[in-house]
Amino acid sequence: MPVLALDGVDTFYGKIHALKGVSLDVEAGEIVTLIGSNGAGKTTTLNTISGLLKPRNGEVRFQDRQISQLPPHEVAALGVAHVPEGRKIFPLLTVKENLEMGAFRCKDRARIKHNMARVFELFPRLEERRRQQGGTLSGGEQQMLAIGRAMMSEPEILILDEPSMGLAPLLVDHIFRVIAELNEQKMTILLVEQNAHKALNIADRGYVIQTGSVVLTGMGQQLLANPMVREAYLG
Amino acid sequence: MPQILLDGLTLGFVYAIVALGYTMVYGVLKLINFAHSEVFMVGAFAGTEVLLFLHAMGYLATLPPAVALICAMLIAMILSGTLGVFIERIAYRPLRQAPRLVPLISAIGVSFFLQDAVRLIEGLWKNAFYLTAPTLFTNKITITPTLSLPVKSLVVIMAAVTMMVFLHLFVSRSKWGKAMRAVSQDQATASLMSINVNRVISLTFLIGAGLGGAAGTLFAAQYSLIHPYVGFLLGIKAFTAAVLGGIGNIPGAMLGGILLGLLESFGAAFLGVATNGAMGAEYKDVFAFAILIAVLIFKPSGLLGEPEREKI
Repeated sequence: MPVLALDGVDTFYGKIHALKGVSLDVEAGEIVTLIGSNGAGKTTTLNTISGLLKPRNGEVRFQDRQISQLPPHEVAALGVAHVPEGRKIFPLLTVKENLEMGAFRCKDRARIKHNMARVFELFPRLEERRRQQGGTLSGGEQQMLAIGRAMMSEPEILILDEPSMGLAPLLVDHIFRVIAELNEQKMTILLVEQNAHKALNIADRGYVIQTGSVVLTGMGQQLLANPMVREAYLG
Repeated sequence: MPQILLDGLTLGFVYAIVALGYTMVYGVLKLINFAHSEVFMVGAFAGTEVLLFLHAMGYLATLPPAVALICAMLIAMILSGTLGVFIERIAYRPLRQAPRLVPLISAIGVSFFLQDAVRLIEGLWKNAFYLTAPTLFTNKITITPTLSLPVKSLVVIMAAVTMMVFLHLFVSRSKWGKAMRAVSQDQATASLMSINVNRVISLTFLIGAGLGGAAGTLFAAQYSLIHPYVGFLLGIKAFTAAVLGGIGNIPGAMLGGILLGLLESFGAAFLGVATNGAMGAEYKDVFAFAILIAVLIFKPSGLLGEPEREKI
């Protein structure tokens, strides 16, 4: 049973048909990546999963439960942690408060503390800046905070939307190392990336999405070798 | 001079508490809740009716006045708070996706409805829609032979400061207070944190309207005479105070309210002297609106509000 499955999902923005029958699944412990060019429907797919958008047709199932009509806060409460595009940290909350918001559904203080210590272990920079407002962090630190905040909810699946966007190459490497590390600790990950090369390199499987439809799927290494993928996304 | 200062502070704290209601709602919904002035008015009536009831039952003579006031304020807060939540449910929530102008008009509609509803109820019940609140604190504290401070003004300030402290602790320390700030910064992302945004919005209306109701009671206790249209001018001034401090900014609303109260009080006192009697205290309202215009032109983000920045 996959942790997450989309089955023939159609999503509309007003009259624009943004997702056309998208189907994909993520098994427990996998890293699955969704690649595609700008406007292909990657973010729309993620927003449909987390409930920010409602699909018109098709099903989104999480641990075999139909979630496509749930509001986002209920989807999140089930254990889906979505790190949105552009990080979207709360700029006027401190780093610590941002992390606390990630743990909003958790009522156990000791557990929140323990999880925060784990996040600080993963990103020592955040600990140094825990009293600073989120908006004062650099882009890379904000991305760390966004991932750390998502980890605070002890999710069943971590959904990352373009974590490398706008970051310097060294920081991109760092973020990808963290993603691989989290996966080694049995975290299930769905990763959307512009940086197809890096994404396919760490992914178990990948999907290629084009103008709202999944056009290709396969193992990460397989897709890396695929001539069409090389041509379109690896340049 | 100290008398003018105290008058200004008293009025300023009332403005500040009402301004908090505008600013909190604006923070989470980006909506100017023009019905807030009527929530204040309903609070003034509720508090006054409680005091009149205590008076009629003969409790007012035996009860310590502070206890009577707290009773009146609590009942007014509960009533106004519930009213605020109710207004959001029926007049704003169905219009959440509509263009910004639509809920604004809905708010004005709610205002008219509440003014006339209170007028009707009081008219049928008391045969008059003007109420005079019983005086609670008559004594004065004498500091020097020429200077004495009325206790009732000090009570207003103390009550307002207490509410501000509690609000500050709630917003800065509590889990739901932090959630409220998160929602005001980014609703969609807050919902991804499993925060129920609608519940936070209801809570914001509950607290904002509750404070408005408490301010209404304090206003009635201080100035005695109230009527169904008492919220209009005070509401617009409190809104000005919120804009002056930076709308959406909670400390800004407090600062803006106090500044506006002081300015109005000193302005009224010195206008006659400064213009050689050509303009008297009746021009004091001009200050509020001159400030509103000046802020909108020169610093639309207000004294403490910061223009939004984004980092890539």
